[in-house]
Amino acid sequence: MSRGTLLDLIYLIAATTFIIALKGLGSPKRARLGNIIAAGGMTLAVGATFFHQTSDGHNLRHIPLILLGMFIGAIVAVPAARFMQITSMPQLVAIFNGVGGGAAALVSITEFMHIHAEKPATYVTLEVLLGVLIGTVSFSGSAIAYAKLQELMTGRPITYPGQQIINAIFALAAVALIVIILVTSSTMLLWVLLAVSFVLGIIFVLPIGGADVPVLISLLNSFTGLAVAASGFTLGNNLLIVAGTLVGASGILLTRMMSAAMGRSLANVLFSAFGSVVTATGAEREDGRTVRSGTPEDIGVLLSYSSKVVIIPGYGLAVAQAQHVIRELADELEAKGVEVLYAIHPVAGRMPGHMNVLLAEANIPYEKLKEMDEANSELTTADVALVVGANDTVNPSAKTDPGSPIYGMPIINAGDAENVVFLKRSMRPGFAGVENDLLFDPKTVLLFGDAKDTLTKLLAAVKSS
Amino acid sequence: MSNAILQYTTVFVLSAFVGIEIIAKVPSILHTPLMSGSNAIHGVILVGAMIILGSATTSAEEVLGFLAVILATLNVVGGFVVTDRMLELFKSKSPSARKAKTEGEGQ
Repeated sequence: MSRGTLLDLIYLIAATTFIIALKGLGSPKRARLGNIIAAGGMTLAVGATFFHQTSDGHNLRHIPLILLGMFIGAIVAVPAARFMQITSMPQLVAIFNGVGGGAAALVSITEFMHIHAEKPATYVTLEVLLGVLIGTVSFSGSAIAYAKLQELMTGRPITYPGQQIINAIFALAAVALIVIILVTSSTMLLWVLLAVSFVLGIIFVLPIGGADVPVLISLLNSFTGLAVAASGFTLGNNLLIVAGTLVGASGILLTRMMSAAMGRSLANVLFSAFGSVVTATGAEREDGRTVRSGTPEDIGVLLSYSSKVVIIPGYGLAVAQAQHVIRELADELEAKGVEVLYAIHPVAGRMPGHMNVLLAEANIPYEKLKEMDEANSELTTADVALVVGANDTVNPSAKTDPGSPIYGMPIINAGDAENVVFLKRSMRPGFAGVENDLLFDPKTVLLFGDAKDTLTKLLAAVKSS
Repeated sequence: MSNAILQYTTVFVLSAFVGIEIIAKVPSILHTPLMSGSNAIHGVILVGAMIILGSATTSAEEVLGFLAVILATLNVVGGFVVTDRMLELFKSKSPSARKAKTEGEGQ
């Protein structure tokens, strides 16, 4: 067996591990094993590539440089991934996805420079150009998504007049450039395409609101997969084609599943600039509605003498890192004979599953986490709905007001409980920028402050009552 | 159109169907880990980056290839570590292990 055949065989094994891994990641029991299997397959493929022979029959050149690059990448990536707070997970996925897209674009560009002199066939050039376009869009788009999630820039949609038209012009310009480069095979224009793709990625992401960014990351993840597949065509490497296409195809499906969980279509997520209409809180107050705010002591007593409390966690809980305090509060209440459950909205936090991960970290038993439908039937018999740092996911205007931007999104019916307690940082509306009528309901009590502080005070109040 | 391109297209089409089939039913709590895991898998572009740096003949190619290797390594290493960290929190804990962990955190 020649060295090339052996290498292809190893690549085939690696591709198989990726398929098994993706399958495993879809089931709670085998997910971790799946990830480890994929990492094993990846190690095998990378290790084997050191024995790759270049098209002119040489062994791989620049091996020390390759090792140095891998070393630099690894010493940056491992601490970033290991020690970043668990609330920063969405940002991390965005940034690691973006660099992958950047790498795919670089691979395509460099291969183009390498084979340019040999006048490559048109389809080879097309693969290169698609790799550059998709990879670069994914790179700059992920960078903006990261900035939005990290709050380096506003999480609200950024809109300006004629936005859709300008975006369309840039997209058409990219397509036109690809056609022109195919005809003229100009290297100069390749750099123009690179710049246009970069801008396209940015302007594509700007109008997407912070709450929708996870769906966007999933889509960009799928893009990067396709860019990798395009590089695979250029390099003639089956492993890149298989892995890239797997991620590209499953990523698009996953993106649709995520938008479905929010009760919206993908097109609606991408093009509606959701949440850009911010109702000024000052104006709301002028119509005479008032909110009732309580003291930790009052609420502590209310909780202690309930028979069933449903906790509805949201992003505020995650930012405040309050998952351990909330478990202590729940333990304390349970010791007093109160039944405590958690209602998890599919998009609570900033990513599907975000809350489950966070609460699991605080050792909250799995069986206490109720998905939305089950939670809603529990809420009808609950004494208190304790909303911690959530807002849009309990906003009744999603059901009652057809004019509301979140109309149609399934919500947790916190209002069905006997009493509603909101722990909120301020009166600011949630991520979607929609005012919440439930806050003004007579049975609602508000407690302002950082979720961790207010929960700690509540805990003390419950202990002493 | 050469045979090679036809073979690659075959692989592409079949992989696309496999990609759609294997994630048909995923509970919503696993959406994020699945996205993160597939993020790590497209880090396989590292193989491509190694090949282009290893075949580089001009200094421009060397610089771009070197950058590609760094970015791809970030993707692949970061992707797997983040996914593992997420999934670590999902593992089922026995009551005694849970207690031990809680006590450990209390210190």
